[in-house]
Amino acid sequence: MKKITTLCAAISALALSTGFAIAEADAPVLSIDGVVIATRAPAPEYLDIDEVISGWVFRTVETQALQMDDFDNPGMIFVDQALDDWNEVNGSEGKSCASCHTGGPEEFAGLRTVLPRWNEDAGAVWTMEDYINNSLVEHMGAEPWKVGKAQMNAMVALISLQSRGMPMNVAIDGPAAETWALGEEIYFTRVGQLDMACANCHIDNYGVMIRADHLSQGQSNGFPAYRLKNAKLNGIQSRFSGCMKNIRATPYAVGGPEFTALELYVASRGNGLSVEGPSVRN
Amino acid sequence: MAENVKPRVRVPRSAAAGEAFEIKSLISHIMESGRRKDSDGNTIPRSIINTFTCDFNGENVITAELHGAISTNPYFQFEATIEEAGTFTFTWLDDDGSVYTDSKDIALA
Repeated sequence: MKKITTLCAAISALALSTGFAIAEADAPVLSIDGVVIATRAPAPEYLDIDEVISGWVFRTVETQALQMDDFDNPGMIFVDQALDDWNEVNGSEGKSCASCHTGGPEEFAGLRTVLPRWNEDAGAVWTMEDYINNSLVEHMGAEPWKVGKAQMNAMVALISLQSRGMPMNVAIDGPAAETWALGEEIYFTRVGQLDMACANCHIDNYGVMIRADHLSQGQSNGFPAYRLKNAKLNGIQSRFSGCMKNIRATPYAVGGPEFTALELYVASRGNGLSVEGPSVRN
Repeated sequence: MAENVKPRVRVPRSAAAGEAFEIKSLISHIMESGRRKDSDGNTIPRSIINTFTCDFNGENVITAELHGAISTNPYFQFEATIEEAGTFTFTWLDDDGSVYTDSKDIALA
């Protein structure tokens, strides 16, 4: 296996890539305020790769550094904004998030690691966005927030932050199995004018350059991610949408069943990697 | 009026006299350049932080003049030295007349 790894590194170096080969050799460690983040982990047994690697490893040293200090991480600005929303009364019931969740956002430590997950009452797999909107509508009598928009992404970041450093561990069996299988099918199905599947980039070619972009494994453990290109937090399903546009396919609806299935499948591909949230990517 | 403006600074709790230490400052601000147009084609008026200053016990440490090309959430990192304990005060001036301030005490190590 060692030989193959070396070979891969050599190939990626040939393909005008310097970053990944260097990252392999130096093996940088992501530690944020004393919390060590697992950016590499043995792959779960249902995958066809040996190791799962966080997108952080594939970024440049400068971008990596931004995430190693919360003061420098621009994503934390949005976490602060979400904290304001957390305490703000919203809706007909006269409640804020804090009215019921008296323990603060800390109550949700660990939640991010198991989402998306099967919700028995709803009879479907729910993302964190679904849970937030359910609370807004059912408990607070407020309008739901749009999935993928700033306010929602910020709240997802605040809640994800509580699980920082904990390993992703979504369930793929039991009632979630069907949704997971749909996600897997989407991941491997070629679509769009360029006729590409997620797997073509994120399994077959991670570590090499696709023009100016350094392909990662497409892991979701760092989401929501602050992207330098648009200076805001980006939700995972919006990222899927961007990927699909890049391969000239018509994206599925953000917040819809296809992307939720894909989110579960992609999350399962990262089982073992630490939650980073909010991460910094380019 | 810019929304969600929140200043934040990081200053060490203490520092040795004459020894350089690092100060970081960040203010969340949209920094509307005045060159963009909205969906109806109307120019969105400029709204940026135009001045940043840092003072120590009333004495100016650094003053920065900001212009339209500075990106969102302006961040400054610089070094300072102190000879006595005191207070750093940070001021950001907004185009709309708002003044945002923050301050941090520092002790002599």
